[in-house]
Amino acid sequence: MKEIDELDLPGDVYYSSDHEWARKEGETVKIGISDYAQDQLGDIVFIELPDVGTVFERGEEFGTLESVKAVSEVYAPLSGEVVAVNTDLVDAPELVNEAPYENWIIELRPSDEDEYDELLSRDDYLAVLQG
Amino acid sequence: MTSGPGMSGLILEEALLWEKGKKGRSAFSMPQQDVPEADLDASLLGAAPDFPDLGEVDVVRHYTRLSQWNFGIDTGLYPLGSCTMKYNPKINERLAATPGIASAHPLLPELSPGMLRILFELQQFLAAITGMDAVSLQPAAGAQGELTAMLMFAAYFREQGGQRRRILIPDTAHGTNPASAALCGFKPVPLRSGPDGILDPATVAAEMDEQTAGIMLTNPNTLGLFEENIRAITDIVHGAGGLVYGDGANLNAVMGIVDFKRCGVDAMHLNLHKTFSTPHGGGGPGAGPVCVVKRLEPFLPVPRIVKTAQGYDLHSDAPASIGRMHAFFGNVSVLVRAYGYILSMGPQFLKKASQLAVLNAVYVREQLRDTLELAYDRPSLHESVFSDKRQHAFKVSTLDMAKRLIDHGYHPPTVYFPLVVPGAIMIEPTETECKEDLDRFIAVFKEIAREAETDGERLRQAPTRTKVRRLDETRAARTPCLIG
Repeated sequence: MKEIDELDLPGDVYYSSDHEWARKEGETVKIGISDYAQDQLGDIVFIELPDVGTVFERGEEFGTLESVKAVSEVYAPLSGEVVAVNTDLVDAPELVNEAPYENWIIELRPSDEDEYDELLSRDDYLAVLQG
Repeated sequence: MTSGPGMSGLILEEALLWEKGKKGRSAFSMPQQDVPEADLDASLLGAAPDFPDLGEVDVVRHYTRLSQWNFGIDTGLYPLGSCTMKYNPKINERLAATPGIASAHPLLPELSPGMLRILFELQQFLAAITGMDAVSLQPAAGAQGELTAMLMFAAYFREQGGQRRRILIPDTAHGTNPASAALCGFKPVPLRSGPDGILDPATVAAEMDEQTAGIMLTNPNTLGLFEENIRAITDIVHGAGGLVYGDGANLNAVMGIVDFKRCGVDAMHLNLHKTFSTPHGGGGPGAGPVCVVKRLEPFLPVPRIVKTAQGYDLHSDAPASIGRMHAFFGNVSVLVRAYGYILSMGPQFLKKASQLAVLNAVYVREQLRDTLELAYDRPSLHESVFSDKRQHAFKVSTLDMAKRLIDHGYHPPTVYFPLVVPGAIMIEPTETECKEDLDRFIAVFKEIAREAETDGERLRQAPTRTKVRRLDETRAARTPCLIG
């Protein structure tokens, strides 16, 4: 397991205290889990993705990640409608462990732009991890 | 060097049954034919099943060798937190095997008044132990007990004239709770426990409303902590017209000590295999009786066992009942074991068992508090939750320490659960371990923590004394091979 100073926490994404990241790409936002989350989970062996078109409220569970240690829910850091899911992960869930910021899980069309500004910056998220 | 009872011994290899034997070998001798030979009806003929050709000794050695690869509570310490792996006294097996009980036929209940009496009295015992009013023994396992109670909640709200759609479930509840609720149309709403590991009534008050059916609470919770605010929480739920479900998975900490009805619980299930010493694991058969308060009694599954002037009878005339949850009367042979356990212990020693279960767990906690990081340093009950935080610096994880315990002859504790504690190590020794055995286990765990600092690689390679070394769990999960 990684020490906090060994974690990869890029500055071009925003974080939630539930350890998801969000990256704005034009009209939509890609969402995945942080390096800390994948490291804590360990080897991911199964991902349950939502259907395209599903609408989630901020903080609502949008899928599950199953690792050899545990099954863990993933929560929507923003409210919005799912416009795409990363189907590559169905057969290769390990991609999330290998490159958590390249391998997004869902793409949302946010329903409330302000929520994006309420997410945590890299430094704020680091402070959360340091507790 | 400190070591547990684990040694390396001679382990015999054993093939699959189909890889053993020889064509024509058999464990059965046909008696001399004493009737004329006749042709079989052609419609009864078909390809023969592929049975292995084995002698009796082949079969006996096969299963004996497989059993030697196994580890159970009859083998050694099995401190699997939240599972209450306590020793099952063998007298319960003997009682369940009594011919009059083992051979009783469920289609002839009127011929088995003794069996109905056992079941009726067991219901009364469970009501007395929990403080609840009425009991159904039908559910076949804990999760089915939860489902039974959730179906009753749904039936209750239908009768009240308005179905409710949400149910509150704290993060320290048992893992099957959300699934049981969702099956009955309730949307699980997760609640976070407070910084002290227990639920804050304000958290409940913020989510409880007229759309919410109630709360599913495990008490003591999966951190081994007593939900001290239980009365305030149940008052909030009842105040909004909701119901309280109590998951009895951790009842072993509080038998005869906590009155669940007075705590405000409306329905709860018990795991007879945890608390009342019936066989555990292996896929069953199990038993997860449900206990309820008076106002939920009309919804209990049918048939109900009732006492009449003549003896005992089965009643199915209950229009509000959710119906049947299990064929006949539940898994009766398991219920008989629990009945035997309760009768042989009596109220005084059931209470004592809970007190000793807590004492053992607290003893292990205090002895290991300088070795492992305690997740919540406050009074705890029948299990204690540690983490691998202090071993991070040596790149040794909970998994490595758990695997090393196997080398010493111990079943590992529950690991990585509950999820609220990263790297959790959850130790539940139960009341059936003596101090000498606990001391040895504690000494071994301290030795493992020393090894983590000086020889971490040894832990990362563990187990090394077992028949197979550390299995590749990731590959097994990603590309499972389900045939030989």
